Amino acid sequence: MKYAGKKLLTMFLTLFAVTLFVFLAFHVISGDPASSMLGTEATPARLEALREEMGLNDPVLVQYARWAGRFLTGDMGTSYSYRMPVSDMVTDKIPVTLTLTILAFFMMVLISIPLGIYTAKHAGGVIDRIIYIFNQIIMAFPPFFSGILITLLFGRIFKLFTPGGYISYEKNFWGFVGYLFFPALAIALPKAAMAVKLLRSSVIGEARLDYVRTAYSRGNRTNDVLYKHVLKNALIPVVTFLGMALTDMIAGSIIIEQVFSIPGLGRILLTSISNRDYPVVMAIIVCISLLVLVVNMIVDMIYGLIDPRISVE
Amino acid sequence: MKSGKKKNYNFIVGGTITGLMLIFIIIGFFYTPYDPNAMDPSAKFAGISLKHLMGCDNFGRDILSRVMKGAGTTLSVAAGTVFIGTFFGIILGAVTGYFGGILDEILMRVNDAIFAFPSILLALVFISLLGSGTYQVVIALGIAFIPSFARIVRSEFIKCKNMDYVKNARLQGAGHLRIMFVHILPNTFTVLLSAIMIGFNNAVLAEAGMSFLGIGVQPPQASLGRMLSEAQTYLFRAPNYAIFPGLVIILMVLGFSLLGDALKREE
Amino acid sequence: MKRKGLKSLLLVFVLTTLAIALSACSGDKEGENSSQITIGIPQDLEDSLDPHKAVAAGTKEVLFNLYEGLVKPASDGSFIPAVASAYEESEGGKVYTFTLRDGVKFHDGSTVTAEDVKFSLDKCADTSAGDPLVAAFSNIESVDIADEKTIVVTLKEANTEFLAYMTTAIIPASNENPDTNPIGTGPYKYVSRSPQENFVVEKFDEYWGEPAHIENVTFKICSNTDSLVMDLEGGSIDMFARVTASQAAELSDQFEVLEGTMNLVQALYLNNAEAPFDDVRVRQALCYAIDPDEIMMMVSDGKGTELGSSMFPAFSKYYMEELNDTYNQDLDKAKALLAEAGYPDGFSFTITVPSNYQPHIDTAQVLVEEFKAIGVNAEIQLIEWDSWLSDVYQGRQYQSTVVGVDASNLTGAALLQRFTSDAHNNFINYSNASYDEAFDKAIYSTDDAEKTKYYQECERILSEDAANVYIQDLPEFVAINKKYTGYEFYPLYVQDIAKLRLAEE
Repeated sequence: MKYAGKKLLTMFLTLFAVTLFVFLAFHVISGDPASSMLGTEATPARLEALREEMGLNDPVLVQYARWAGRFLTGDMGTSYSYRMPVSDMVTDKIPVTLTLTILAFFMMVLISIPLGIYTAKHAGGVIDRIIYIFNQIIMAFPPFFSGILITLLFGRIFKLFTPGGYISYEKNFWGFVGYLFFPALAIALPKAAMAVKLLRSSVIGEARLDYVRTAYSRGNRTNDVLYKHVLKNALIPVVTFLGMALTDMIAGSIIIEQVFSIPGLGRILLTSISNRDYPVVMAIIVCISLLVLVVNMIVDMIYGLIDPRISVE
Repeated sequence: MKSGKKKNYNFIVGGTITGLMLIFIIIGFFYTPYDPNAMDPSAKFAGISLKHLMGCDNFGRDILSRVMKGAGTTLSVAAGTVFIGTFFGIILGAVTGYFGGILDEILMRVNDAIFAFPSILLALVFISLLGSGTYQVVIALGIAFIPSFARIVRSEFIKCKNMDYVKNARLQGAGHLRIMFVHILPNTFTVLLSAIMIGFNNAVLAEAGMSFLGIGVQPPQASLGRMLSEAQTYLFRAPNYAIFPGLVIILMVLGFSLLGDALKREE
Repeated sequence: MKRKGLKSLLLVFVLTTLAIALSACSGDKEGENSSQITIGIPQDLEDSLDPHKAVAAGTKEVLFNLYEGLVKPASDGSFIPAVASAYEESEGGKVYTFTLRDGVKFHDGSTVTAEDVKFSLDKCADTSAGDPLVAAFSNIESVDIADEKTIVVTLKEANTEFLAYMTTAIIPASNENPDTNPIGTGPYKYVSRSPQENFVVEKFDEYWGEPAHIENVTFKICSNTDSLVMDLEGGSIDMFARVTASQAAELSDQFEVLEGTMNLVQALYLNNAEAPFDDVRVRQALCYAIDPDEIMMMVSDGKGTELGSSMFPAFSKYYMEELNDTYNQDLDKAKALLAEAGYPDGFSFTITVPSNYQPHIDTAQVLVEEFKAIGVNAEIQLIEWDSWLSDVYQGRQYQSTVVGVDASNLTGAALLQRFTSDAHNNFINYSNASYDEAFDKAIYSTDDAEKTKYYQECERILSEDAANVYIQDLPEFVAINKKYTGYEFYPLYVQDIAKLRLAEE
């Protein structure tokens, strides 16, 4: 309980720091929401009037306090560019990004764990070599390049999906998941390649350690040792990696959303930054940070589950 | 482990690719077949020929020359970024992972904060603070890369610090610094190396993205990431425009990672 | 215990996925049998939907289908009565009298009243926020309701072009949220929007005029313009209004590519207040250094229309083709002018280019090469659009920039007013007393021929003064699936969807 309370407190402090940094950042960069809203039709007088009305002339900390106060009471504010409630925009887009991420994550796990264990068990074999080469090449692929190639190959040539034919999850959920399949694959493949490599070397490294030899010498069978002892320890770096990969996917699906024209959080975040629409930016960042923090916390807890020597305290 | 043969393969293949890439880039610094920025209306989208080994782009610029110059730019930006990210990532991850406690908590939370901070916004802040130039991008991206490296190193340190060899070293009276950087650090290379490879690749592309914000390589100067993104529009008309810069990036990363694997198994 | 922890974690994962799946499955409906079209647009309507507050060109071109003014522009550049059925200009352009059309309905079903019209015009003329929403409305003396069907607009100064501003949308006074709930009188009415995804409208059945042909129209945001060809070929969009020349070349014969012009003045805009561009000889030298034909060749396969001043051919009355020849490429002359101005070895400067539009970036790249020939070293600096707005357009902190300037309405003033010395949007800091004088004469002239003469005088001054390095009016390629027909080009930056129809009809 004490642990959970402490975690919550640090989480809160982190969020405070992130949002404050973002707020200050908007203050530093050129352009402000008022000039963005008036565009090429701005006149000095109208700009000034709008800034005054929006409270942009107040000291930055006052503005931050105002934003934070409202946010804490559950009011995310109104988007400066879309003029609609930020909460509507965010809740509308969270399922998109979350589905994409979860899909990609499951693909990654499904591909990497079996392959990683297989290659470790059969290290040096022909299949291990082939997988190794594939891994190396996939890892060397720039993400959006693979996005383009997947679009070309599966969209244009095999016609397995319609490029740019994103279907809203509200209209047709399975169509939506179907469209996300290939983007998720584009995200999952390079991560899976890394995970396979990591798991393989981790298992092999662990198998060399003394306790494993002891286990063998006591007459345990290979598979027993592998699954009971080796894998458990070998999983630690893999869990770290999977956790990181997941947070990476949440925060970094922007490129893939762009290539495949998926209207998720990443796209909204990008356009809101360039519109200086900070109520939206702040809300999305809080969402993403929360997700990242939760994932990190889960990873920490899993450490404890796998290896009691690592205490969460 | 019957890895004697494998090691050689990795070393030979990786070394050859990396060597060729480096030669290619170094030549590019002193000589290119054409002026990489010179436009030629008559050679617009010229195909692959003896005159233009990789064809020409939408301005009739020689793609080979641009790839040679661009590879150099990209290599230096990506290497700089990864260097900053790894260097500070190792220090942060090592200290926090090894000592743990309140320091760990604070640093990791700051790390989380940077991680959640959109890198585009970070880049815009840098433009405002440092002005917009080519090398600011290295700093901006480097900082954005620190958290991911730090987390990897940290978890490796957490794993290793309770191991017997570390305890042994401690009993022999080795100082913290020595244990951290002489005993534990080499054991994290396996994991770190893959992260560096991916980081390198991300840096190449992030650089291309950043140039749209005004920091990073500005057109008409060539960089592989930028060429790749510009080539997207002409994917069907001139596939060679996308394929060659893409291929060079892949070879560059592949060469390094094979070489890294080979060196790692050397131990 | 521990195993259980892991398992329950997995369970939570699966359950959340399922929950999302189920909650999303519920809203399943399709409308297949009515005619529909999906139109790709390059950027979302990240803007107010209030026609008076929307500022982005991309928003206005869509809203054109939702709103109408007392009069509306026609594709030939003339004005046709819309919410008003007739209008009359008296006292030499000082008083405009509009008769409202009978039975014009708003999208919410209510009838347009004289109060709504007065409300809309007053709203745009309101000066409580500094300047009026429509700058030209500062010239309005009063808007009066003469009777239920008649509105009289009285101006402070006679202006024969004022009708062009009466295209200002009429909206209901009762609408409390015009920012997000657009209600107008146009042929299409708003249905829904999803940020970064789409903007959906449907045919307005009670439209007063010729009804739209296509029932359901979805504007789909295609922010990745690099994949447009795939989007079109794959069938996820039926039409895109601004494909590039090379994209047009890649399309299959399933599509028709219509060619028009973008109706904007693309130029290397120079900060006339900053050295070295405060010297007319330097500006002229740059004009002599470039070759618009080469630029068009490089950027858009030779398509486009050369320009010599701040006016494009769609304004047929004012456009002067002969100004294209004020400066023909002449490198020796350019070098001589530079030497005369004190730069025998050339100089260096920065071209700031907004990074959201590739043709401008490409144009800048060609310019850099062309300037090299006269020893001038130009460097490109890409900049985000919003930074461009605040630093370049409003802050005027720049040396030169490549952009396209469009006309917000069909008056000569829309393009030329910004170059008067004290115009708020004179972002190039141009200042020339004889220009100001000619412009004043043009605007206050009530004789059409005289007005034209003075506008042309303005254009000539800009050209001779080399206020900017004029390049071209960019070509516009509209790619449309052959299932549809009826697309019309306008001299303004709008998309008229109501004219589109299915080809077999």
